[in-house]
Formats: sequence, structure tokens, C-alpha cells
Amino acid sequence: MTTTPQAVRRASPRTRRAATPPDPARPLLPDAEPVRLLDESGTPLPARTDYPEPPVEALRELYRRMVLGRRFDTQATALTKQGRLAVYPSSRGQEACQVAAVLAVRDTDWVFPTYRESMALVARGIDPVEVLTLLRGDWHCGYDPTEVRTAPQCTPLATQCVHAAGLAHGEAYQGRDTVALAFIGDGATSEGDFHEGINFAAVFKAPVVYFVQNNRYAISVPLSRQTAAPSLAYKGVGYGVPSEQVDGNDPVAVLAVLTRAVAHARAGNGPYLVEAHTYRMEPHTNADDATRYRDGAEVDAWRDRDPVTRLETYLRARGVLDDAAVADVAEQAEAYAADLRTRMNEQPTVDPLSLFDHVYAEPTPQLVEQREQVRAELAAARDEEGDA
Amino acid sequence: MATTMAKALNTALGDALAADERVVVFGEDVGQLGGVFRITDGLQARFGENRCFDTPLAEAGIVGFAVGLAMSGLRPVVEMQFDAFAYPAFEQIASHVAKLRNRTRGALSVPIVIRVPYAGGIGGVEHHCDSSEAYYAHTPGLKVVTPATVQDAYSLLREAIEDPDPVVFMEPKKLYFASADAELPARTEPFGRAVVRRPGRDATLVAYGPAVPVALEAAEAAREEGWDLEVVDVRTIVPFDDATITASVRRTGRCVVIQEAPGFAGVGAEIAARVQERCFHALHAPVLRVAGLDIPYPAPMLEHTHLPGVDRVLDAVARLQWDDQPDPRWSMQGSAA
Repeated sequence: MTTTPQAVRRASPRTRRAATPPDPARPLLPDAEPVRLLDESGTPLPARTDYPEPPVEALRELYRRMVLGRRFDTQATALTKQGRLAVYPSSRGQEACQVAAVLAVRDTDWVFPTYRESMALVARGIDPVEVLTLLRGDWHCGYDPTEVRTAPQCTPLATQCVHAAGLAHGEAYQGRDTVALAFIGDGATSEGDFHEGINFAAVFKAPVVYFVQNNRYAISVPLSRQTAAPSLAYKGVGYGVPSEQVDGNDPVAVLAVLTRAVAHARAGNGPYLVEAHTYRMEPHTNADDATRYRDGAEVDAWRDRDPVTRLETYLRARGVLDDAAVADVAEQAEAYAADLRTRMNEQPTVDPLSLFDHVYAEPTPQLVEQREQVRAELAAARDEEGDA
Repeated sequence: MATTMAKALNTALGDALAADERVVVFGEDVGQLGGVFRITDGLQARFGENRCFDTPLAEAGIVGFAVGLAMSGLRPVVEMQFDAFAYPAFEQIASHVAKLRNRTRGALSVPIVIRVPYAGGIGGVEHHCDSSEAYYAHTPGLKVVTPATVQDAYSLLREAIEDPDPVVFMEPKKLYFASADAELPARTEPFGRAVVRRPGRDATLVAYGPAVPVALEAAEAAREEGWDLEVVDVRTIVPFDDATITASVRRTGRCVVIQEAPGFAGVGAEIAARVQERCFHALHAPVLRVAGLDIPYPAPMLEHTHLPGVDRVLDAVARLQWDDQPDPRWSMQGSAA
């Protein structure tokens, strides 16, 4: 009988220690604490060589788009209360994540958003009315994904994680250096497609950045019911994917960490997982009542970590943002909201016959028949209106 | 020259890979092994690991990956190893593959082919013999195709790969190794066309996929009973060819729809309803269905109890009110009520 490895270890602990190879998982693990470059009051923390601070111009632009993004979000919530939107999932409180993520990628990269990324999409420069098309009640995503390199906002949870892997692999296969940025929430990391997506990306070394906004609740279910992992960033190591966690309300850190993750992917090193610890200040959507599952003190504590205030404080202290610049950005945000309000108050035109246009490249004979039936019904309804 | 359906499918994949460099073939065991049914045999050696490759064992991942590849401009052809193993991919298929064109007003299309070896008759164990076509056919945005002949296997697969829309390509496992004289490449009737496989005057048997040979055999056997039966092969469930089937039933006045899947809420029910709507005044008897039983697939010792065979088809034909008498099966139920 041969000696088992266990027997050897028991017999000779010194030999075992000497022979221990370097732990291959260690380089993949995130920092034990979320990366932070500003403290909660906006005071800079000691600089880190692994996460150099982004250039000041990038930070000023980050600030500008965060202010615009928050104003957009407030306006969308108001439009929902006025009945102009069927539903709106707010990302108030997550401005650092929403905006830094899209600033970390190029226009030629692809973004895979969920339904909570309306703010990220307007920060990417997509027309806000187009972004809100689905939420307004129309049947399509509003924008042309090929033009803005942004997939439709994804409602089926985590399914976009696999699309991002496929897109990124397909782009690399065709010799293009495109990176795919896939957004996902904390709850959706429990879905199978998150795991299949990150695993496919890892196996095919596809250039994808998986960006988890951990806002602590999946509608009402807290993180403790989603995972027993030390934090969601630890889900990367099992797939051989390097990971990091970051303070999601520290805009400077989020941009720095994502910039490095995107560079890692673009350099051909495969996917990267980033978890941002943040908080959803509003309910899940306007239809939700958050007081049923979290208390006001918790919300207040997060209000004190507001990412917009934090960045403003920092930029002012550095002397690269003054009252005039803040007022200018505020004015831009008001103009942006006013324009959105005006355009959203126009009644959108919807054509029932357009429902048949894109089911297939060419409609089936059955769809041609059904289209004709609806056309006749509409014509009859118009005739009745005319008679009345 | 004698060729099997498996060989025809393999040839079609090879020809498609050669014709269009955007085509990529992937799935579980499709690379070096050539697939558990050998449909991708030799393709990796011929076209390289970038064009024909194995993936992690995850069906939702395979289909979702194909969606992303299609968004980047490629034309993925994926293999689901068996019918029931495709179920993990259903969300990707129903929520993305079928809808992406519509959700983006045509800006993004998903020209992917999802190959599904399906149905029974091969003595497979549980979860290896489902007839899952109705799930796909019920999902707007998908095309659903199922060949019954060697030539169609080649031609429909080539057309599926060239099609701008997603196609669920259902391959009847029990026909993989049946051979026929066929010259390849072959091009047959396009999508959306049913084909009369055997002309007849007295009644129309409508069948698809694995049920087509059963229908042809039943038609042959029916000659002894004095019935001259027409057999129509549906070929493409979506898009569906009402015209050919309607024309046939109007000629014959009688119709039996045959499918291997459980009958309740199946494709055969849809066909029977459509025939009845369009041919009511030409019908001499109710449209009947011969289908699998409404039970989980009983593999493998009792599968022949389940599968619609020639005898069940002939029994149904016998009930087509040849003497203008009501079907006793339904009238008994009526009197009991």
C-alpha cells in the first residue's frame, strides 16, 4: 500500500510547508476592504500606485455628468408620478457607479445595461427620450444599439452577462479591440447566467468587465439572503477571473478601478469583475414601498455618503471647481431637465401596425393576415369616430 | 448515392463553414469528438478551433454566447446535445433570441441556428427523447424547422444558416442514420413550403419530422384497406404553409394530423384547428389527431406504447366516417353526459 498524501503531511509538517507552492488564487482576489481614494467627507486618502487618480479633466467631466444624471433621475421620477412613464427604476445614490462606468469605456466599446442604467445611458450620451422609450410604454428600446454601441436595457436578470461574453469574443475574433462592459446588480449575481457569462468570458479570454453595483437590496431582499460570500467580488476567483471591490460612492475610486479593469480586458488578459458597494436611495421602482424592508436611519446614513457632494467637496478643495463652475453645471442640468420635461409631455405617436414590422425580417403569411385584420379594425374604428 | 441524414447535416455544416467565414459552430462535444451523434464530425480538423469549438457545459451560456457573437456580426450555429438538455437555454431563446430584432426595430438581428436533436424511437433513457417543438413554435420571433428527408436535412440547414432570423432546427434522432439516395449539395423547397410526399385521393395525412415516415408507411398499408392516402410533410412549422395543406384537404375532404409529441396543446392541435377553420365545408369528417400520449416520455421499454405508429394512424383513418356514421368514440361520450 502506498502512503497517502495526508499521511505524509501528518508525518512531516515542515516538509509540507517548505513545498507549498504559491497560491494561484491570491492574485485574483479583491482587496479585503473596498478600494477608496476619498473618504466619506471627500478628503483624499493616501494615493495608491495600483489605482492612480484619474486626470483632473476626467474628474470634472465625471462631476458634470453626475449632476446631470441626478437631475435626469429626479425628472424621470417626477414624470412617473405624473403618469408620463409607466414605471421608473431610480438609480439615485448610485451616480458615481452609473457615470464612472461609461466614462471608463470608449464610444467604440459595447455597454450591456440593465433596467436600472437609464442614468448611465444618458451619461453615455444617448438621447434621454430614447432611453425612456420602453419605460414610457412603447414596445421597443428607443435607441439604435448598433449606433450607440449599447444593448437594449435588459430586464431578464443576468442574461446580458452571457451576451457580453459572446460580443467581446466575436469582436476579438474579428480582430477588433472592443471591450464589453456588463452591468449587473447584487441580486442578479445569484442567477445562473451571471456564472455562465463570467465562466464563458474566462474560458474564451473575452475582454469583458463585469460591473456589479451592490446596492444592498434586490427589491426587498437584503444581500445576506443572496450570498454567503465575503463579498460579491469574491465570486470571480472560482472562475479564474481577477476581481476588485470598490467604494461605489467614491467617484474617484470607481473611475480608477474601472479604468484599470478596462485596460486589463483590452490588453487581452480576459475578463475582470468589479463590485461597487453603493446604495439605492429610492425604492426599487415607483411601485415599491421601501419602508417595508429598510429603516430611515439606514437611508440617512447613506445620505451622508452622497457621491455627488463627495466629489464636489474634493474638486473644490483641489481648486479645480468653483462656485461659478458649480452654478454652470447646475444650470446645464436644469436646462437638460426642462428639455426632457417638454419632450416627454408631448403625446408619443404609436402605430399599432408597427407591431408587425420587426417580428421577423419578412413577416410570415400568418402575420400578414393578422396585420390586415388589425388594419381593418383600425379603419372601422376611424369610420365610427367619423360618424359620431 | 446512398447517404444518411447525419451525413447530409454534416455536409451542410461543412459547406456553410466553407461558404461564409462568419459561420461558427459550437456546443458540447462538437469539437474533437464531432458531437455525440457525429453531426460535426471532422469540422474542427478541417476548419480549425476558431470555427468549430467546444464550450463549457452550459446551455444558457451557449445560446447567450451565440446572441453576443451574432451582435458582433457572426453567424453562430449551436448544438443542444439533446432536446431536454436545451431547457436551461429557454430563457435566452424566448426572451432574447426570439425578441432582439423586435426590441431594436430591426437594428439587431439574431441570425443563429439552434440545432436540437429531438424525439424518440431510439431507446434513449429519460430526458433524451422529448418532442419540444411546441415550446419554440409558440414563441413569436423564432422559425422552427424539422426535416424528414436526407435532401431536406441538407437544404433546410443551409437555408437556416443563411436566414436572417433565428431558427430552431429540430433534427429527428431516429432518422439520423436512415439512408436514402441523395446527391449533395441538394436544394429543395424553401422555408414556408409544405410538400406532398405522396399524392392520394381519399384523405390527407399531415406530419412532420419523425412522424413523416410513419405517415408514409401507413399510407402504403392503407392501400390494402382500399384507401388512397395523401401525405403532406410540414417541413417548416414556422413559417407555416396553410396553402398547401388547405389545398390538399379540400381535395381529399378528410384529414389526420400526426405528431410524436404529446397531443394536448401541441403543434398538431394548431394544424387541426387551422384545417378545420379553412376547410370546414370541404370536410366529410372531423379532423383527427394521432399523437403521443400525454405522459412523460416513457423510455425505453415502453416507448412503442407511446409513439404513434402505423396501426394508430390506420385506426384514425378508419374513423373518418367513410359510411357517414358519427364517430362512435365521441357519440359514446355524448350519451354519457
